Amino acid sequence: MKTVSTHATTFARRLSAGVAALAITASALAAGTAQAAENGKFRLGIVTFLSGPAAGPFGVPSANAAKVVVDALNAGKLPAPYNTIGINGVEIEPVLIDEAGGATKQVEEFRNLVERQKVDAVVGYISSGDCLAIAPVAEELKTLTVFYDCGTSRLFVDNKNPQYVFRTGLDAAVDNIGAVRYLAATHPDVTRIAGIQQNYAWGQDSWNDFTQSLKQVMPKTQMVQEQFPKVFQGQYGAEISALSVARPQVVHSSFWGGDMEAFVLQANARGLLDDAIALLTCGESAIDRYKDQAPNGMIIGARGPFGAFAPENELNTWFKTTYSGAFTMAPTYPATKMAHAILGLKYAAEKAGAKPGSVPASDAIAKAFAGATFPSVSGTATMARANGHQNVQEIGYGEYVYDSKAEKGTLRNVKTFSGDCVTPPDGTTSDEWIKADFPGAKCN
Amino acid sequence: MRFDKTEIALLGVGVALAISGLLAPGWLIFLLTVALAKGLVVQGVVMQMRAGMVSFGQGLFYCVGGYAVGMGGQFLGVSSAVLLLVLGVAAAAVLAMVLGLLLTRYREIFFAMLSLAFSMILYGVLVKGQALGSTDGFNVHSWGLFSGPASNPTMTIFYLTLACAAVVAFFLHRYTRSGVGVVCEATRENEVRVEYLGLSPRWILYANYVVAAVVSALGGGLTALAAGHVDPEMAYWTTSGEFVFIAILGGTGSVFAPFLAALVFALVRTYAIELVPNGWQMILGITLLVIIVFLPKGLWSLFSRKKEGAHS
Repeated sequence: MKTVSTHATTFARRLSAGVAALAITASALAAGTAQAAENGKFRLGIVTFLSGPAAGPFGVPSANAAKVVVDALNAGKLPAPYNTIGINGVEIEPVLIDEAGGATKQVEEFRNLVERQKVDAVVGYISSGDCLAIAPVAEELKTLTVFYDCGTSRLFVDNKNPQYVFRTGLDAAVDNIGAVRYLAATHPDVTRIAGIQQNYAWGQDSWNDFTQSLKQVMPKTQMVQEQFPKVFQGQYGAEISALSVARPQVVHSSFWGGDMEAFVLQANARGLLDDAIALLTCGESAIDRYKDQAPNGMIIGARGPFGAFAPENELNTWFKTTYSGAFTMAPTYPATKMAHAILGLKYAAEKAGAKPGSVPASDAIAKAFAGATFPSVSGTATMARANGHQNVQEIGYGEYVYDSKAEKGTLRNVKTFSGDCVTPPDGTTSDEWIKADFPGAKCN
Repeated sequence: MRFDKTEIALLGVGVALAISGLLAPGWLIFLLTVALAKGLVVQGVVMQMRAGMVSFGQGLFYCVGGYAVGMGGQFLGVSSAVLLLVLGVAAAAVLAMVLGLLLTRYREIFFAMLSLAFSMILYGVLVKGQALGSTDGFNVHSWGLFSGPASNPTMTIFYLTLACAAVVAFFLHRYTRSGVGVVCEATRENEVRVEYLGLSPRWILYANYVVAAVVSALGGGLTALAAGHVDPEMAYWTTSGEFVFIAILGGTGSVFAPFLAALVFALVRTYAIELVPNGWQMILGITLLVIIVFLPKGLWSLFSRKKEGAHS
């Protein structure tokens, strides 16, 4: 056997040795091009999910938004004050990376972005685990990094003294504090509340923030049922039955993506949503896809003033028109958040005081970014928490209504709550702030 | 003590890597560190493959090693990398001694599924544990070689990993040549005959299982120190699957093979991600498919060509 196979595979071996050699040469060449990338352009790393379950609802709209905004910035086509070319007059060269694969791999790819691809700044990260893992590495490598979506409240608790890490998205606690405030304002009489969450950090934290806030703001409410199906389960028959039996008036869920759409579809068909109002903290991301499968009056949010909740202003009108023109659908909240993060970076880089036409140093951008107030597609953002590294903005909730004539999902009864009403002040964790009944909250 | 060719080569490659560490760019050093650490985990898989057992749950010990490093810093305030690694290795050894009693009674697919089940149990427990950050995991506290914090953690962990990999590789090479190592292979070929020789395959497999667990936990601990973050994904079945994949990619021919395969895997993946951000999985898949089709005995058969030719 062995003798025969040795002769037969000699050619195959040579061939594969050749292929291997070719692959190594190719990677060396690729390394060469990457090394030579300091070409005077502003190299911007963009990291978001391009594969896996989070790609469809979040990653791809974000990558699309990045493309639209970067192209327009390079052409100088944005409305004022962002009508200058690129960033600080330097053309932007985006480097797109897939966020899939877990935190260890993302740390490796982040180092590759900075040290091999020589990016000048990084915008990205949806997963909270990735943000927690990347933050210390970004500080170590002194690379300006803007987290645009991940919501974990632990980000600036674990990294107490951030220098190069910024978050333009809102803290996830804001979603649920805002949801409770909306409920108190629009449905003050409800008492029976149930919840269904994906059984992982996001779902557990969301439900914890929501129930704790509810105890403070609406003390008469009681939790009649909670369900924690595993993430990406897709079928919720048993959970919906359990929820129905408990006869809740409101069903809170932090579901997102395919799970959320599946739950709405199944709960609506089974009549759960005839009697109970669904409250979906991430609901806006599917506003164009529910059609008539979701009941009117379902409460949805966008994790801040993003997507359909973004205010009317010149920047947002431009963004919505351009995005819809390029991708035949309106931007959902992840898309707005990505545009928002890139604009924040541009604002800080141009405020850094470097000579126009040059790439500003990370230190200078970081200094200008900290505590900055910048106009954005989502209104006005203020980096007002965590020593000026965490954005504080208002959050909106509203009711979903399907316009059957225009075949389009719209919003009604939108209420927004100011950033100071829903965001914990510095020096206290969201958990402590909620339990202390929101000291210092300024609500409109 | 006499050294054979492999052992001398091991020393040579180790020294070469140590010197190249002084010249290589930061990203490559980090990639090498993680590849070597994962290579250690794969050594654990390969050890069991040689004995005819395919573990689809080696992520269990990878995760135990990683979480021991994370929790040792978080709850016990340990800042010595060496002590943290010892902690992980000890935890894995104790766990393997208990689980091994059950697992070594099973063979083939039953062993594979049961090992997978135990790693998924750990995953499930960690996901429910909100104190440990659930799926988000938590960051490893700053550490130093003997006491923290290290002035240059990237280089420290690189040399630590390199040293661990070299020492483990040396002993594993001797182990596969030793009586126990050879009996492991004999057990794969014919367990009944081994029993007729008066040996107990079960206890040999048990010892092999525990040693494999220790080696994998060491790899997990080193990965956690390098990446600075641990999460339950380390125990998820896809992680274990990746280790089996790298093991098949490298082959069981030499103690070098798992390290080489881990490095090739990491390089192909990172360049695929860079060049084809929307379809890197396809590039990775095709490359691995080509390697398996043309090199059914793994990457190592490229290097063992001459030797094998002489034998046959």
